[in-house]
Amino acid sequence: MSSDRQQTFKQRQLDKLTDEQLKERFWQLTNQIVKPIVELAKTHTSPSIERSILLRMGIDSVSSHGVVQRILDAGLLGKGAGHVLLKLAQRQNIDVRAAAQLILDDASVLTGLFKS
Amino acid sequence: MKKPIKPEEKLDIEDLVHGLENYHPPRKGWTWRIKPADGVEMGPFHFKDMSTPLKKSIGLPASKYFDFIDPQPSCVVTTEIASGRFEDDIRRMRMAAWHGADHLMVIRTTGQSHIDGLLEGTPEGIGGVPITRKQIRASRKACDLIEEEVGRPINFHSYVSGVAGPEVAVLFAEEGINGAHQDPQYNVLYRNVNMYRSFVDAAEAKHVMAGARIFQIDGAHNANATAKAGWLVMPELMVQHGINCAFSVAAGMDKQLIGLSTVPPNSPPAPKLWYDLPYAVALRDFFSEYKMRAQQNTRYIEADIEEAIRTHTVDTLISMLTRADVQSTITPDEGRNVPWHYNNIRGVQTVKQTWAALDGINELLTLRYDGPLGEMARDIKERAVGFLEEIIEVGGYFAAVERGFFVDSAKYPDRNGDGIARDGAGGVGADTLVPRDPDYMAPVCDHFGNNALPDGLNKPCDLIGGCTLCDPSKIVFIDELDPDDNCHKRLETTRPYRTGGKIKPEVEWAGDGIVLVQLFVPENEDIAPVYAVEMAKKMGLGDPEVINIQVMHPSEGCFVEVKGRVDFEIDRSSLKIPEKEVMLPEDELRRVVKEVGLKVVAGTVGEDEHSVGLREILDIKHGGIEKYGVKYHYLGTSVPVDKLVDAAIETGAHAILISTIISHNDVHRAQMRKLAELCIEKGIRDKVILIAGGTQVNREMAKETGLDATFGRGTKGVHVVNAMVKALRSMR
Repeated sequence: MSSDRQQTFKQRQLDKLTDEQLKERFWQLTNQIVKPIVELAKTHTSPSIERSILLRMGIDSVSSHGVVQRILDAGLLGKGAGHVLLKLAQRQNIDVRAAAQLILDDASVLTGLFKS
Repeated sequence: MKKPIKPEEKLDIEDLVHGLENYHPPRKGWTWRIKPADGVEMGPFHFKDMSTPLKKSIGLPASKYFDFIDPQPSCVVTTEIASGRFEDDIRRMRMAAWHGADHLMVIRTTGQSHIDGLLEGTPEGIGGVPITRKQIRASRKACDLIEEEVGRPINFHSYVSGVAGPEVAVLFAEEGINGAHQDPQYNVLYRNVNMYRSFVDAAEAKHVMAGARIFQIDGAHNANATAKAGWLVMPELMVQHGINCAFSVAAGMDKQLIGLSTVPPNSPPAPKLWYDLPYAVALRDFFSEYKMRAQQNTRYIEADIEEAIRTHTVDTLISMLTRADVQSTITPDEGRNVPWHYNNIRGVQTVKQTWAALDGINELLTLRYDGPLGEMARDIKERAVGFLEEIIEVGGYFAAVERGFFVDSAKYPDRNGDGIARDGAGGVGADTLVPRDPDYMAPVCDHFGNNALPDGLNKPCDLIGGCTLCDPSKIVFIDELDPDDNCHKRLETTRPYRTGGKIKPEVEWAGDGIVLVQLFVPENEDIAPVYAVEMAKKMGLGDPEVINIQVMHPSEGCFVEVKGRVDFEIDRSSLKIPEKEVMLPEDELRRVVKEVGLKVVAGTVGEDEHSVGLREILDIKHGGIEKYGVKYHYLGTSVPVDKLVDAAIETGAHAILISTIISHNDVHRAQMRKLAELCIEKGIRDKVILIAGGTQVNREMAKETGLDATFGRGTKGVHVVNAMVKALRSMR
C-alpha cells in the first residue's frame, strides 16, 4: 500500500516543476478545491446565519432564536429570516422588532406571507 | 468621560462592569505595531528590528543595568488569558500589557463551540471564559484604559468557531473585537461540526469579520498538536492553511488580515531545527502574501517551566530567522495547570528577551538555501501539492474528509489510516442547511452570498433604516440571565481581597490563596512527592498537590514543586511598611556638598574592630561619600564616642558617622544613644548631623536613639550623602 502510494506520488512528477510553477500549482489547486464550497455557501443558509441577520436588524439574541425556529418550522427560511421579518413588518405596518414579537406570540402570522 | 488610570492605582473592576449598556468601542479593527524605518535608539544602543517604545512598561530584570530600556519587538506579541473569570483576567491583561503584550487572547469556556447561539451575562467558565456581549464590553473597556496607560493599541481576540459562528462574528464586529480564530476545518476535524454547515457558516462569519477588519487566525496548527508525530504532518499543514486562506479570500477577506497559525512542530531533544526551519521556510514561500502568526510549541510541554521556556526561545529564533508578524506566546505552565498570572508575563518575557538579544540577526546571518535546507523545504512543498491533487482526484474536500485524509500521522504520501474521518451526513448541525430561494433576501450589511435586494439601495440596510453595524444604538444589550452565576455575585465574594485591605496570595482569581513551594528532597522519585505533600500539609497549606517532579539522581534526590492553598488572610493595615527614602539627584547632592564644604568625622565605636563596612561608605573607590566631594576624617576602630564628638568640634565637622557591628546586649543601640546624648550635653546637637550604620542597624532606629539617620545592610555612600544633605536643609 505504502509503496503504491509512493509510486503514485512519483508519477505526479512534481519534481519537474520550477519553484515558481510549484507555488502556482499549489494555489491553482487550492482555489479549485474551495470553488464548489464557496458556491454552496452562496446558495445556502443556516439557522445561525439567519440569527446573525436578525441580530444585525436589532433583534436580541434570545428572541432571534425563537423567531428563526418558527420561520424554519413554517418552511420559510429559504426566503431569509430578515426578509420574512421585513415583509411582516411592512404588511402590518409595524417595525421589525414588533414583527419579531408577533412571530414569537403567534407563529400563524407567517402563514401565507409569501402568497399573492 | 473615561478618566485615565494611574499606575499606582488598581483597576476599578466595579466601575468597569458598570454602565456597560451604553458602552461602544471607540475604534474597530486590527492594529500593527509601528516600526520606525531607521530603527530605534534606546539608551546606548541602536536597535534594527524594534517597534516604537511604550510610554509605560516594565523591562526585563537586567534592564536596570541598561538605563531601564525596554525594547519592543517589531511583531505583535500575544498572550492568552482565560481563567474562567473575566473580572480577574482584566487585571492580568494590564500586567501583560506592561510587559509588552498587545494581543490579548481570550479562550472560550469548554463546550461553547457546541452551543447553538449566543451566551449572555457573565457566568463562570471552565478552562476559559464564556464569551458574551457583557464580558466583551467590560474587557474591551478595560483594554481602552490599558492601551492609553501603556501608549500602544491593544488587540483583543477571541474565537469564531462552532455552530454559532455567524452570530459570534456579528457580536465581535459590533463590539470591536480586533482579532479572532476562524477556520471551518477546525470545527469539522476537532469539534465534529457537520462539514457542510461548518463551511457555509464560515463564509458568512468571515465576510462579517472582513467588514469589521478583524484579523483572522486559522486553526491548522491543531494538526501537529493532535497527530502522534507532529513533525510528520507538515505537508497537510500547508494544505489546511491553503484551504482556509483561499476560502477566506473568496469570502471577501483582505490577505493582509489573514494570519496563518503556525507552530514549529518539533521539540528538543529532537534535532528541532532540521524539521522546523525547512517547514517555516516552505510555508513562508507559498504564503508570501499572508501574515504569519507564529505560535510556540505546546505539544511536548508537560510540567517543567524551564524546559518550556527553552523550547520557546528556539521557537522565537525560528520566527526571527524566517518571519513572524504576530509572535504568540504560550505560558510555560500550560502543561500543568490553567495559566497563572505571572506565567503569562514569563511567556512575554521569553519573546522580548530573545528578540532583543537577536535584534537584526538577519543582517548578520543568512540562511543557506543551496544545501539541505532548500532541499527539505522543496520536499515539503511537493508533498503538499501532491496532497491537493489527491483531494481533487477523490472528488474534492468533503470526500477527502470522509476518507480520513486529515490528521493522519504518516508523512504524506504515506498513510497510517489513523486520520480523523467525518461523515458528511453526521456531526453537530447535520441537515440544517437550507437552500436559498431565488427571492432570498437579507436586509443587512456584510452578508455573504446570494441576496435578492431591490435595486437602487446605497446599502442593504437602507431597507430597515440601518443595521447594528451602521447604527450601534440598535444593538440590544442583555445584562444577566442567571441571578446567581454572574460576575456581580463573584465580585461581592472577592471584594475583601480587591478593595477591602485583606491580602491573600493569588495565581488566577482574587483571593484564591494558591502558592507554590519549590524544594529539593534527598529521596528517590517514589518517596519525594509523598514527602512534599506531607511537608506542605504541615506548613498549613490546603489541598497540597505535586505539580512537577524532576529526578536529579535515582537515589540522591528530586526537585519537587508542590502547590497548595493559604487559608488565612492578613490585614494590610497590620503590616509595618518601611517608608521609602526619596533620593535627591546626584548632581544636586554634589552641588550642596561643594557649597557647604561638607566634612565629617567617622569611626567604628565600642570595642569593635570591624572596619570594612565604614570604609566602603567613606572611600571613593567603593563609591563612598568621598566620590560626592565629602571630606572625611577617619578615626579608626574601637573609638570611644566622646573622642568622636571632640574631633567633630575641633575640626568643625558637619556630621559624625559611626559604625557599630557588634550587637549583643544591644550594645549597638547603647552606643547610638550615647552619641546623641553626648552631643546634647556639649551643646552641639543642633549643629551636627548624627548617622549610624551597621549590619544589625535599620532605618527605624534613628527615632528611638535620637540620631538623624540610621542605615543597615546594602547601604551605599550615596544614601548617606542624601541623608546628610536632607538633614542640612532641615537644620537651616
